Amino acid sequence: MERTADRAADPVPGTGRDTDAVIETRGLTKRYRGGQLAVDGLDLRVPGGSVFGFLGPNGSGKTTTIRMLMGLVEPTSGTARVLGAPMPAGARTVLPHVGALIEGPAPYGFLTGRDNLVRYDRADPTADPRTRRARVEAALERVGLAAAAQKKAKAYSLGMKQRLGLAAALLRPRRLLVLDEPTNGLDPQGMREIRALVRELASEGTTVFLSSHLLDEIEQLCGHAAVMARGRLLVQGPVAEIAAHARGRLVVTTPDPDSAARVLRERGASGILTDGERVGADAPPPETELADLNAALVREGVRVRSFGVERGSLEDAFVALTGEGFDVAG
Amino acid sequence: MSPAELTAPTAPRRRALWTLGILRSELVTVLRRGRTLALLGVLAAVPVLIGIAVRVETGDGSPAGPGGGGGPAFLTQATHNGLFLVFAALSATLPVLLPMAAGVVAGDSVAGEASAGTLRYLLVAPAGRSRLLLAKYTSVLVFCLVATLVVAVSALVVGSLLFPVGEVTTISGTRISFGQGLVRAALIAVTVAVSLAGFAALGLFVSTLTDSGIAAMAATVGVLITAQILDTMPQLEAIGPYLFPHYWLSFTDLLREPVYWDEMVRNLGLQALYTAVFGSAAWARFTTKDITA
Repeated sequence: MERTADRAADPVPGTGRDTDAVIETRGLTKRYRGGQLAVDGLDLRVPGGSVFGFLGPNGSGKTTTIRMLMGLVEPTSGTARVLGAPMPAGARTVLPHVGALIEGPAPYGFLTGRDNLVRYDRADPTADPRTRRARVEAALERVGLAAAAQKKAKAYSLGMKQRLGLAAALLRPRRLLVLDEPTNGLDPQGMREIRALVRELASEGTTVFLSSHLLDEIEQLCGHAAVMARGRLLVQGPVAEIAAHARGRLVVTTPDPDSAARVLRERGASGILTDGERVGADAPPPETELADLNAALVREGVRVRSFGVERGSLEDAFVALTGEGFDVAG
Repeated sequence: MSPAELTAPTAPRRRALWTLGILRSELVTVLRRGRTLALLGVLAAVPVLIGIAVRVETGDGSPAGPGGGGGPAFLTQATHNGLFLVFAALSATLPVLLPMAAGVVAGDSVAGEASAGTLRYLLVAPAGRSRLLLAKYTSVLVFCLVATLVVAVSALVVGSLLFPVGEVTTISGTRISFGQGLVRAALIAVTVAVSLAGFAALGLFVSTLTDSGIAAMAATVGVLITAQILDTMPQLEAIGPYLFPHYWLSFTDLLREPVYWDEMVRNLGLQALYTAVFGSAAWARFTTKDITA
């Protein structure tokens, strides 16, 4: 098992070892009845042992993808493999190893928190009834719900329901956790607790597939990420690489902003914005020698106080990839 | 670790009686619901109302009601023998109230879980679609039996409190002992519950068609009422025998001596047919359905 852990921790994706992937899709496509193309030719690869961030604007196909991975929705074409087995055909053998929180929690309001967990555990034919009590209590303890276990779930706040959903995902030791917006509805303290829990689980070797719209959350938690928009996968890989791909901003500080802007424009820079003595532009492509640009500025008589490229954040990368607008993809 | 080990997660150990855990869970979930308890409460109240009404009407010793023949069957006999209140209450509730309760529970079984969002969590547990559907159908049948027994037991208690009990005069005019009568009553209750099996399967199928529990319940009860109306139209005599409520009241044949089986056998056959057809349809639908709720 040692070797598995080693290999699972392999941070380089796409190095060819298909068996390393906990989730792997090929050309995964879903067209709903009515013709709406929700997911279009998705090639997703989640390396084992990673905390994988799944990003995309509302309506980008994230949820449909998660539902296909969990065997709830049948793909129109393409394949999805989870823990090495095809979905949805392998659902009965794969899903006991997977804990999932999909599109928000859904407890039975008329049952207590504890009885909700008992119900979900009984639904799993492979769960051992002899250890059920103990596992339910441990899960409640882990998400901080032990004190409220006897309350009916309809009396729970959204944050408590979210914790109950997480507890259901943690009823058994899992190899994969699929968490769709797990900190939704939680207060800042709750968010910190859940993030700490995710880190703890990941350190135990569980692969975590985390969908979130909170980019700083992804940046804090995830080693790998994928970005979707309009049903297509835009990019996937280590978070640091994706953020690096975001074209940073070239920033020149100068008492001669107008001349600086002119020189940069002549040199083909785009996205030029002048703000007082700060002139910003999209970072030039990597093959450009920045020193030449600086020399050109100086040659044209621009007095340069500072000159450099500010590295892009994941948020910049996300916005650059998916567009700035608030419009929900149709 | 070899690729083979990774590609095939160790198949979880299968236990015998693999549906019992989920079936128990289903039953507890159905029976703990406030709505279910309310339905059972209404059903329990019906014999009380009938019993008191008959008692008040006949308090002066006169035969029940003008002419004595109105209302559900067996009403008049109830004044002489409390056991007949069981038959009267079942005759009164079988056409509408009992199947309506069954329709509510069956219609809500899958669609209600879908609209609450709990269905997706049951399926990723993973409950298994066929296994879950089977557990749902079984729990609806158990509910039908419980509902029927609630009516029967309530009627028996009310009947024996308000009226004398003793030897039973069958429809054929012969007399059987009170013990024999109780056995017949129990048989009748089971027969009534089984009569609802076909309709329950239909409700289950309707429930797989929608993600709205309310819509499924309304549609199921709508089908019930439509079938009942069609069954009373003389112009549609030809299709009558194929409508699921057609032989429902055949349970009264259990009160003949000897018992007349023909119609009851036809009823059971019809229920089996409905169960097979709509059970298969529900299965085909539910096992291939995209769960988007």
